[in-house]
Parts: sequence; structure tokens; C-alpha cells
Amino acid sequence: MAITPRVRVPDTASVGESVLIKALINHPMESGQRRDRDTGERIPRMIIHTFEVTFNGREVVTFYPQGAVSQSPFFEFYLKVPEAGELNFKWIDDEGSVFEISKSIAIS
Amino acid sequence: MNLSRRRALVLGGAAISVTLIPLEAAIAGVEETRATIDAFTGGAELLEGDITLTIPELVENGNMVPVSVAAPGALSIMLLGDDNPVPEVMTLNFGELSGSSEASVRIRLAGTQNVIAVAKMPDGTFISTAREVGVTIGGCGSS
Repeated sequence: MAITPRVRVPDTASVGESVLIKALINHPMESGQRRDRDTGERIPRMIIHTFEVTFNGREVVTFYPQGAVSQSPFFEFYLKVPEAGELNFKWIDDEGSVFEISKSIAIS
Repeated sequence: MNLSRRRALVLGGAAISVTLIPLEAAIAGVEETRATIDAFTGGAELLEGDITLTIPELVENGNMVPVSVAAPGALSIMLLGDDNPVPEVMTLNFGELSGSSEASVRIRLAGTQNVIAVAKMPDGTFISTAREVGVTIGGCGSS
């Protein structure tokens, strides 16, 4: 299954407004604790270890999940909108895969 | 009284659940949790302060437990589960454009345990809170 991020970002906001952002990505978040039922071998960890959110290149929030963050991690947080611009989301996992998406916010 | 198993579990969980646990009691017995917190704080004392952890007292499924944490003004927050195989659940940093030092995430809990939040404040101090969560079916190690 393709890993596709989904985010909820308001189209418009006023300058200085704090807006709720939601981000979901369908990722197995294999914790590294489970064992294969047949072989008894530990299944290697394969999680998103970094989730960075920036607005016009400035940091909004950065999450560093461990194996105890649930499958298909869902994050909610707040952005203080300083001006119109691009909100960029970037997920990085243990295999080095990078998933990115951007949304623009206009000033109302 | 003829209680079903599920009902008995719910009642039992409700009876033992404690809303707020004194922090030292919550973490004193778990060395690895302590070490993880010390690595985050540099060994600084954990103070009480304006930090809120919102989490159900009792969950059936430990694979997806919704958690919200808020600590106004905090620069970063670490979330831990003191009886998980790896105590650290997540650390997050709030950047210059963070609207509010709060966030929500869904986490795995291996069993009934304390969930702890430690926040780094702008003055270099660390504040903390903990809550016990009853878990009927654990997450993490289950396949």
C-alpha cells in the first residue's frame, strides 16, 4: 500500500492567528518489539522517527516518535500564522524514505 | 452478584485508577524511565507547573491511546510510558511559529502504567506531570 500523507490545514487565516493543524500518514510504525509468529524472530523496527513541520522555512513543530507511537500516526498541533505562505510537512522513516506535502495558507 | 468478565474488568479498572499520582511515586521504581528523563533534563529537578496531560483513565486497546499534552510556553516536551519496553514514547520541539505549546498524538501502551510528560521551559527548568492509564489489552509487543 502506498504511503500517502493527509493533512488538514485552513485555506485562510488572519495574521497572528493560531490555527489547528492535523496530519495523518498511513505507516506501519513497526515497533521493533513484535516477533514473527512462525519463526519467533524479532521484526525489525521501522517507524517514522522524525516529523518536521515548517512554514516558509521556519520551524513550527518537530516530533521525534519512538516505537510507542501508534500505527498510522496522527498528530495535532497549532501554527501561528505570521503571513501568507506554504506549510510544509516532512516525515522520515527508518528506511530513509521521506514523505512530503505542502499546503498554502492565504491571509483573509 | 453475577458479573461478566468485561464488567468485572471495567469495575476493577475504575476502582484502582487514580487520577493524579504524586510524581516521585510514579517514577521512582522504574530505573530506565528515570534514566530516559535524566537524559532529557540533564538531571535537573522536576518541578510542578502548568502542564496538562489529557488521556483516558481506562482503555480497552493499548494500541491506539489518544494523548494530548499542553504546557504553555514550553520549548519541548517528552512523553513516556513507565512500563513500556522503551519508556520514551515521543519527544517534540516547538518552533518559533508554534501557535501553542500543545499537541495530540495516539500512542501504544503495553499494559496498565503511568504516562509521564516532562516539559522544558524557557527559563531552563523542567516541569512534569503523570497519570495512570488502565489498559485491558496491551499494545506494543502483541502481534
